[in-house]
Amino acid sequence: MNLVSWILGAPALGMTLLLFVPRTQEAWVRRIAVAATTVSLALALILVGSYDRAAGGYQFVTEIPWVPQVGIAFHVGADGISVAMLLLHALCAWTGVLISYSIKERVKEYYLFYLTLITGVFGVFASLDLFFFYLFYEMAVIPMYPLIGIWGSDASNAYSKEYATMKLTLYLTSGAVLALLGLLVLYGGSGISTFSLPALEHHLALHPLPPELQRWIFPFLLIGFGVIAPLWPFHSWSPIGHAAAPSAVSMLHAGVLMKLGSYAIIRIAISLLPEGAAAWLPLVATVCIMNIIYGGLVAMAQQDAKFIIGYSSSSHMGYVLLGLSTLNIIGLNGAVYLMVAHGWMTALAFALIGFIYDQAHTRMLPDWGGLAKQLPFIATAVSFMAMASAGVPGFGNFVAELLIFVGAWEKYRWQTVAAVFGVVITATYLLRFVRSGFFGETLSRWDELRDATTPFQRLPFVALIVALLILGCWPNGLLPIIDTGSRALLQRIGASTMLAGGVLP
Amino acid sequence: MVAGRLLTLAWVAWFAPLAACLMITLVGLQRRRRAATLAVGSLLLSFLCAVTLWWHSLHGAALPLQQAFSWIRFDGFEVPLGILLDPLSILMLLVVTGVGSAIFIYSTGYMHDDPGYPRYFACLSLFAFAMLGIVLADNWITLFISWELVGLASYLLIGFWYQRPAAADAGKKAFMVNRVADFGFLLGILLLWSVSDPLGGAHRTFALPALKDVIEHGYLPQNLLNIGALLIFCGVLGKSAQMPLHVWLPDAMEGPTPVSALIHAATMVAAGVYLLCRVFFLFDAAPIALSVVAWVGGITAFLAGCMAFVQNDLKRILAYSTLSQLGYMVMAAGLGGPVAAMYHLTTHACFKALLFLGAGSVIHALHEQEIWKMGGLLKTMPVTGGTFLIGAAALAGFPGLSGFWSKDEILALAWHQNWLLCIVAIVTAGLTALYMGRACFVVFFGQPRSHLPRPANHAGRGGHAHESPPVMTVPLVVLAVFTIIAGYLGIPEYLHQLHGVQVGFNEIVAVISVLAMSTGLWLAYQIYYRQVMTEQQLIQRGMAVYQALVDKLGFDTFYDWLVLRVQQTAAKLCSLFERFILIGTLVNGTGWVTRTAGGLLRLCQTGRVQFYVLVFLFGMTALIYVNVLR
Repeated sequence: MNLVSWILGAPALGMTLLLFVPRTQEAWVRRIAVAATTVSLALALILVGSYDRAAGGYQFVTEIPWVPQVGIAFHVGADGISVAMLLLHALCAWTGVLISYSIKERVKEYYLFYLTLITGVFGVFASLDLFFFYLFYEMAVIPMYPLIGIWGSDASNAYSKEYATMKLTLYLTSGAVLALLGLLVLYGGSGISTFSLPALEHHLALHPLPPELQRWIFPFLLIGFGVIAPLWPFHSWSPIGHAAAPSAVSMLHAGVLMKLGSYAIIRIAISLLPEGAAAWLPLVATVCIMNIIYGGLVAMAQQDAKFIIGYSSSSHMGYVLLGLSTLNIIGLNGAVYLMVAHGWMTALAFALIGFIYDQAHTRMLPDWGGLAKQLPFIATAVSFMAMASAGVPGFGNFVAELLIFVGAWEKYRWQTVAAVFGVVITATYLLRFVRSGFFGETLSRWDELRDATTPFQRLPFVALIVALLILGCWPNGLLPIIDTGSRALLQRIGASTMLAGGVLP
Repeated sequence: MVAGRLLTLAWVAWFAPLAACLMITLVGLQRRRRAATLAVGSLLLSFLCAVTLWWHSLHGAALPLQQAFSWIRFDGFEVPLGILLDPLSILMLLVVTGVGSAIFIYSTGYMHDDPGYPRYFACLSLFAFAMLGIVLADNWITLFISWELVGLASYLLIGFWYQRPAAADAGKKAFMVNRVADFGFLLGILLLWSVSDPLGGAHRTFALPALKDVIEHGYLPQNLLNIGALLIFCGVLGKSAQMPLHVWLPDAMEGPTPVSALIHAATMVAAGVYLLCRVFFLFDAAPIALSVVAWVGGITAFLAGCMAFVQNDLKRILAYSTLSQLGYMVMAAGLGGPVAAMYHLTTHACFKALLFLGAGSVIHALHEQEIWKMGGLLKTMPVTGGTFLIGAAALAGFPGLSGFWSKDEILALAWHQNWLLCIVAIVTAGLTALYMGRACFVVFFGQPRSHLPRPANHAGRGGHAHESPPVMTVPLVVLAVFTIIAGYLGIPEYLHQLHGVQVGFNEIVAVISVLAMSTGLWLAYQIYYRQVMTEQQLIQRGMAVYQALVDKLGFDTFYDWLVLRVQQTAAKLCSLFERFILIGTLVNGTGWVTRTAGGLLRLCQTGRVQFYVLVFLFGMTALIYVNVLR
């Protein structure tokens, strides 16, 4: 057992411990959850510090054979990309657990499901075995169903929380099934009977699958994982799901769960099927413009704060998809960096909205009026969030979007123009968000609301803002680590494409 | 002094305000005095650095100097964070920190009673940091980051009194207009980055000096340069508020007056002009873009001058006048004269800051911004009035004052390059004298026009107004002194390294410009001092024109239409599509089909044996029937 296995081991252990705590001991339930995620966060930070950039590749690997006959093993480790993802998730999970102090009913069950979700996501980011990858993926998706169904609230008059949770689960599992089909064909096609990702990578780089087969399998993985990414037009589960979920779940949902999709596309689809990627990604680069522009316009027409951020998430994920479609080092680094920056930004957004909703019981912006007067700290944090999301320099999102634009400029000229215009749309709805919710007329009925005043209440918000600022001001901290991962990937697929007789993308 | 020390000074000058901003935010948001001390102290430190740099640049320091650190770096790609010291950036550094210091000090008096005092100074310091970044940047990305950050600071400061809906809206508008402009700017940066390596690929760079080399060696086709320059010019349109993206600047007057003076008159809005001069090598190689720049500037100068004439709010008069003067500078750059543009930028920064601070002093005393409710203030506020008149005279181009020299430089340039624009510029000069004469005569001469509530503690002073405290008047006097002498400091000679057309002082143009100014002034004197006709009569004579100008020539109406009708309709349509087609029909339709199919199939799975036997019977019958038929 080493660093990476402990990162996912800690919440798993916490989850197990929770089973033995009486449900009346709410304080202990919360303490265990906080402790488990704190350990994960600390270990993730240590991982970032101790990852050997010069060596690159998968480090801190643990491999325990499970069903050797078909090549299944519990196999975890991290390369540059996963290190970034583990850090993203560790911070979101930790702040999410802190935010969850507002949950008052069925506390034990809530944390049980929440820690299962957290463990599942850590597992996906750390897995080096396709079987376990899939297992953890389902482990992350399934707890969403009770979490939204029990602790959620109706998304809107039109969409109840039952509708939201049903839709989310159906979408994500059917996506997973589609991806599973692709994975099985891939497993069979490789001919080496192993689910081990490094082994497959190594083998397929030297003996690529026939290009026709690659082009055939790729869409299964693309759409299967794309549903959660969320690729337009398979996005409609996400804003409704965000809106119905309790805030800590929305935080993980928009902050991390969506990144599972783009991570899986990079890690599995692009990495193992480069010919398929070269054939299909130009289409993705065009479709993701629909994410960006259409998602932004729909966000503009919303009044409900969570729906605005929900559609903005699907709009921002369009940039990630654009970045990974470039298949060059600048764009890919930018895509991964944006996954981190957007994850923290959107977690911050949902935490803030949840803070207000818990007290005000409305998410309609015009109803909020001018909360800046009554909730100065929250309003300031909201302004930071809006600026980060709008891509103002100083926040990680700016760095990431810049890299994506630069990376995509040569290859997808017009798509890039549209994507840059998307930044204007983003600014429009976010400024409107801030203006109509916080800087409007002060309404006396909110005089009773209480601001986040204690350091403990402020901690999650401050942590996320500081993290975003560090990403934005000091890109040389995390980017070189991400770079080792994406560079190795691109080199491998470059070699494989040449062997397959295809053209370098 | 060695080059390294000079560069260190420049870095200190740049980051001192950021340090102040951070310290105020982290420790001092409740401590008023400390916040002001930190902000003013840090900017004075920057000013000191700037003066030292200027001194050394005059005494043989080898310029230009460049230093960069890598901010984003991985193999094959680098984004530097770097500074470039040359006479252009040192001059601008002096302007920003010098005028800035005066305004910071003035602010400690003006904002004294405001509850958001520390927040104000934190934002102001953030602005100073970002503005100095634009000045010192040696590459596109450092420039763009600073460019966006001044936009952010401007947004925060315009909306400083966020409880006022007008202020909150104005801040939002400023940010949005600049965002639209920066859309083009960023595309321009991407385009120029992608061609910055003539060998294609490996050594592409954001650095400006490298781009300059590439362009001067003629590696780039003219079409591409034209497109690139026009895209970069989009950014200038937004930040320097040129038509048609000027609409945010008049609204920005909702912010505190010292903010209007510093950001929306003297420095930030001049950033666009500075950018034109900084990358003049690009525009110089792009003739079509250059003429677009010249015409946009000329048209803005004229139309904004007209609009200034119909304003009744003292700050708005000055705001439109700023637009008009920025138009002059942009036109000068477009006519190939970055030196003239920078010269006017410098003098304008002095006298326009002076005018705004004077207006602030009046507003501080009267709590009133409409000129028709003022009058005779020269007697009650002699220092404010006197310095305001000096500023107004400089703006109008009164011979001998700084504005006269720099404006003459531009007019002479236009005379030399393009006679049509020269006429526009001269007419605008007359207009300038007219609207400034109007403001001065109405506000400072004649009789007090309204009976404003008199502040209780100043009851004994007589008159309604009172002079402002020294912390506000001393900066006025300092700026007035510079307004007078800035024409004799040798600014054009200092900038001689800049390329472009340079024409000397031109007597004929000077005479014509003085004539134009005198005409304007005489008209203002007749109408507003001797009152041969009232404003009402004047309005009735030119009703149609007057109304068009009051309606801002329809720009705001057009943008409102664009936002409300086009943008909102698109958003609504997408939202309806999402709700009814995508979710309502496709997604829920799939769900419905599945459910219905399930419902139908369920009919077969009743669990009643009789039913199964019945089906079995029918099936057997059918089988037998088919078999027998065969």
